[in-house]
Amino acid sequence: MDKIIITVVGKDTIGIIAKVCTYLSENRINILDISQTILDDMFNMMLIADMGGCDKEFGVVSDDLKAIGEEIGMRILTQKEEIFTKMHRI
Amino acid sequence: MINFFEVHETNKMIEQDLLDVRTITMGISLLDCADADPVKMNQKIYDKITRYGEHLVETGEAISKDFGIPIVNKRVSVTPISLVGAGACRSPEDYAETARTLDRAAKAIGINFLGGYSALVNKGMTPAERMLIESIPQALSETDFVCSSVNVGSTKTGIDMDAVRLLGDIIVETARRTADQDSLGCAKLVVFCNAPDDNPFMAGAFHGVTEGDAVINVGVSGPGVVKSALEKVRGESFEVLCETIKKTAFKITRVGQLVAQEASRRLNVPFGIIDLSLAPTPAVGDSVAEILEQMGLERVGAPGTTAALAILNDQVKKGGVMASSYVGGLSGAFIPVSEDQGMIDAVRAGALNIEKLEAMTCVCSVGLDMIAIPGDTKASTIAGIIADEAAIGMINQKTTAVRVIPVIGKGVGDTATFGGLLGYAPIMQVNTFGCDAFVDRAGRIPAPIHSFKN
Repeated sequence: MDKIIITVVGKDTIGIIAKVCTYLSENRINILDISQTILDDMFNMMLIADMGGCDKEFGVVSDDLKAIGEEIGMRILTQKEEIFTKMHRI
Repeated sequence: MINFFEVHETNKMIEQDLLDVRTITMGISLLDCADADPVKMNQKIYDKITRYGEHLVETGEAISKDFGIPIVNKRVSVTPISLVGAGACRSPEDYAETARTLDRAAKAIGINFLGGYSALVNKGMTPAERMLIESIPQALSETDFVCSSVNVGSTKTGIDMDAVRLLGDIIVETARRTADQDSLGCAKLVVFCNAPDDNPFMAGAFHGVTEGDAVINVGVSGPGVVKSALEKVRGESFEVLCETIKKTAFKITRVGQLVAQEASRRLNVPFGIIDLSLAPTPAVGDSVAEILEQMGLERVGAPGTTAALAILNDQVKKGGVMASSYVGGLSGAFIPVSEDQGMIDAVRAGALNIEKLEAMTCVCSVGLDMIAIPGDTKASTIAGIIADEAAIGMINQKTTAVRVIPVIGKGVGDTATFGGLLGYAPIMQVNTFGCDAFVDRAGRIPAPIHSFKN
């Protein structure tokens, strides 16, 4: 398992999840969990995925997703899971 | 599995509350670079720093990208140069040449500060240590990234007043030599009592002689996160206040621990310590003063300030100690004036003066830090300020320090601008009654008694 957390924030629009999921599937990144809500009037999506089967480096995936976000006017941030588990789990 | 709100909380800390890792500092021992020939010694120093530190900056940036957390500074600390150069340097000019070598090495590996142009003279000065101290004004005015520190006292040895008196002159001379930059040189010089060997923060970082060949120390930060957490517990009891600070400090420190372990693994250098200090920056919201005000003070400096700071410092340690396997360095709230917008505002409002800052240093880390004072302040007065701070550290078995900047050509009411993380500072009034006859006495203050504590 090589878990990453992808967060998407911005004004709600059509096809956000489709865009992100298409990229993940093309790069053999498996989605484990996905949730979304409206926080502070903004669309917020969090996606937990496993990039153990992906050939690309983490930095490349992170940059690609950021670029996809810019295309659709959203901010997409990709982070390795450890920062969250370290902070919120003893 | 991590849930939505945990992810949101972490990212809000980073984006809105300015959570960052303040520094990854690689400590490098230069003891094996000693040589009788100064040219050979400088070459060995340059080679070792650039070899060990070659990948420091890129590694820091890669870790930052992986976790989405800013890592503001990548730095190096080295063995006190007075020791490394003792066999080679025959004059202050020889030491200054080593400072220029350190500056070139720092620039070659892309770091923004290198600490360790230092001398540990808490009981007495060797001729080499005196030469290094005498070379500080030249070294700091001719380099960009070199930071200097001198330890003039400790609880075990007392205070070397000859060094204290000399440093009064050295600070004034450093200010004079960098007068065209608002005496910036003095912002890179710290005078310590009980200096820690593993402090990752500048300008006081050096790699202690009891440390290994190389080590990774990490300084966390996050005053904005603590302030933001305290906004939600206004009017609650001290118990709730303390719990909130403690939990927040735990979370902040865990991020530092993660970054430190990753840096250690990727650079193949042992992990040393996490420094738990809350380090402010001039950015709005990234302020220790604002935390104290959030605790209930109208302005920092008001009665109650010392108690509030004592609570903050203690709770940060209690939360942080559980979050990391090794804690060290300075580990406490920093209260620099120029690097903290809330402190600057308090000084301008007339709420905060040097005497209150001195009282605050009794309960938190470091001491009189980044305080701009009038350019015509006498060297003996600066020596008196250093002696007072060192005495607080010596008696209370804690680290204290002085980093004051006599800004040449400016007086009370003017502002000194240092730029970047060093910020800007209103020039503060200094008590002008003399202490010459006291600080001019030769010798040292004896070590204090270690029993009969009251």
